[in-house]
Amino acid sequence: MRQLAYHEAKLEALRELMEEDDRVHLIGGTFFSLSPHRLKFAAIEDAYPDRVAAPPISELGFCGLATGAAMAGLRPVVDLTTGSFLFEAWPQVCNEAANVLYMSGGQVRAPVVFHMLHGLRGGGAAQHSASPQAMLWNCPGLEIVLPSSPRDVKGLLKSAVASDNPTVFIDHSGLFDIEGAVPEADHIPLGQADVKRHGADVTVIGTSFTVQRALAVAETLASEGIGVEVVDPRTLVPFDLDTVMASVEKTGRVVVVDETHQSCGVAAEIAARIVESGFDKLKGPIRRVSTLDVPVPYSPPLEAHIGPSEERITRAVRESLE
Amino acid sequence: MLPALPKTQLLAQCRKMLLIRHFEERLIGLHWEGRFRGHYHVYIGQEATGVPAISLLQPDDLLFSTHRNHGHILARGGDPGRLLAEILGRRDGYNGGKGGSFHTSPRELGFLQCSGVVGGILPLGAGAAYAAKSRGTGQIAVCLFGDGALEEGAVPEAFNLASLWKLPVLFLCENNGKYGAGNAVGAAQSATMAAYPLTDLPAAYKIPVQQVDGIDAGAVHDALSESIVAIRAGGGPRFIETRTVRWPGSATNWPVVKAPTTVELARDVSQVPEDVRGWYRDSDPVLRFMRELVESGQAGTGELRVLNQSVVEQIAAAVDFAFDSPYPELAEAETDVFAENR
Repeated sequence: MRQLAYHEAKLEALRELMEEDDRVHLIGGTFFSLSPHRLKFAAIEDAYPDRVAAPPISELGFCGLATGAAMAGLRPVVDLTTGSFLFEAWPQVCNEAANVLYMSGGQVRAPVVFHMLHGLRGGGAAQHSASPQAMLWNCPGLEIVLPSSPRDVKGLLKSAVASDNPTVFIDHSGLFDIEGAVPEADHIPLGQADVKRHGADVTVIGTSFTVQRALAVAETLASEGIGVEVVDPRTLVPFDLDTVMASVEKTGRVVVVDETHQSCGVAAEIAARIVESGFDKLKGPIRRVSTLDVPVPYSPPLEAHIGPSEERITRAVRESLE
Repeated sequence: MLPALPKTQLLAQCRKMLLIRHFEERLIGLHWEGRFRGHYHVYIGQEATGVPAISLLQPDDLLFSTHRNHGHILARGGDPGRLLAEILGRRDGYNGGKGGSFHTSPRELGFLQCSGVVGGILPLGAGAAYAAKSRGTGQIAVCLFGDGALEEGAVPEAFNLASLWKLPVLFLCENNGKYGAGNAVGAAQSATMAAYPLTDLPAAYKIPVQQVDGIDAGAVHDALSESIVAIRAGGGPRFIETRTVRWPGSATNWPVVKAPTTVELARDVSQVPEDVRGWYRDSDPVLRFMRELVESGQAGTGELRVLNQSVVEQIAAAVDFAFDSPYPELAEAETDVFAENR
């Protein structure tokens, strides 16, 4: 199978979406924030000047505009650049888009995609490093997608746009340059977890960039004879509990890794679901490796210290085996 | 003045105004009788804005309203029984009971969202207009909202986007004087809005603006006709502020009917309690519309009595329909969170 860099797979998805469906409009940034890959977005802009819109600095306004356009028949994909800016648009995303189908008794759909980059990115500090997926998971009506590989970013982006629901697509700049196999045509349905590496001893559940960290840890620990199974839910909403539980039943030991803050974070909810549905399958306590409950510091060693590092993941895996 | 329309259309507008008025008066009665719970907002006093304005729209135009939506839905031809059923949380409500008074939003009438978030519909309306423009459907989007909306940040953002991108959207601001924002045509400062008149805000974004007396159905009709033609012709957004005087029954959080509306009241308000009599005499758009129909010879008092009686009977039937409708099955609470892809 052909190998593509993550950013190439993502661009290919955007290009195909624009080619395949003239209801798709791209509103906002370049989908690569400040990374050098943003320059490659210009080709799409040039090819579709009427369907690529650069709005004013109005996250609230243009997220609402995209939602209204979705309600009236388009398939807009909004780029908010960083997840921190979602807070500017919160009322339109969480109080309008998320509620419209339900409040209307199923009459009105808002098939809009809100795209953003999340997480610790190197110098983003407290106001440009947010991982809003845990807050969003507490907001029924939104689908939440977190790709972690070239194949996933392409397949999931296409499924997010095809979805009739408002979908939050949360990407990570740390993934842009990784390489991986990408089939030519491959929609990945929302709600289908992926076992990224098989192993018999410990299940490590990761999302987004932390999947790559977990894979690196698994590789290292394999040389010591520790079998780490890496499970990537890929979407939080819908959530594929069956695939997660199949792995838990096999290993009985669980570490959940993610970049949201620890309290009420993604790891907390995943751990709760595992305990509720399979407490008897566990050989020991579930361990969480999340971002410490502090605003994100700027200084590089401090930023590295608060995140779910390979060292912390490794320690948690070892503890789970004690 | 009356809109320059044939008699049949004038009587149809009169009927809709009376339908709104009697619906809201009955709703208030049902509240005080303890027959439903929950907060609600009535449209009394604004009938001469909503009815002529909405009469000018095409069937496929896209509407957005607020928590004060009952009048808009009835003006658009909504069924008072299904509207009341929604307010009561019943199965046969427009949204199956999941929306309630604030959010009743009949898609079949072109309503895409009636939002309880003040100002929330303006970006949505701009978006629907963006879709209509990009798809070349000829539709326009209409946002109906109150003066308080202009205090929210979403509103100037929507003005900016709509103006920059020349979107076919009508921003119809119904200034019902709640906050005293511009009680006199022209200018008056309010305690909650530094910009005045309110039209200064959209005008700063280069949106053509107009102020209209909101109890004068003819003035509303003329202003709206001209604006809608301009918007449909590709001229970009328009902003119209219609100004009404706050109905005294809304002085408290839970409205009170001080004087039930009758055809006789249009001629003689002497039976209205003195402290609110001035409103019924000078500022009640429904009484004024009926008075103008009689004075211009378009309708006789007897004709209006028949019309009014038919509305009263329709409302009574609507109340029966709504209360006969069962509450939704409990399983309904967990449906419509997500749509299956079509």
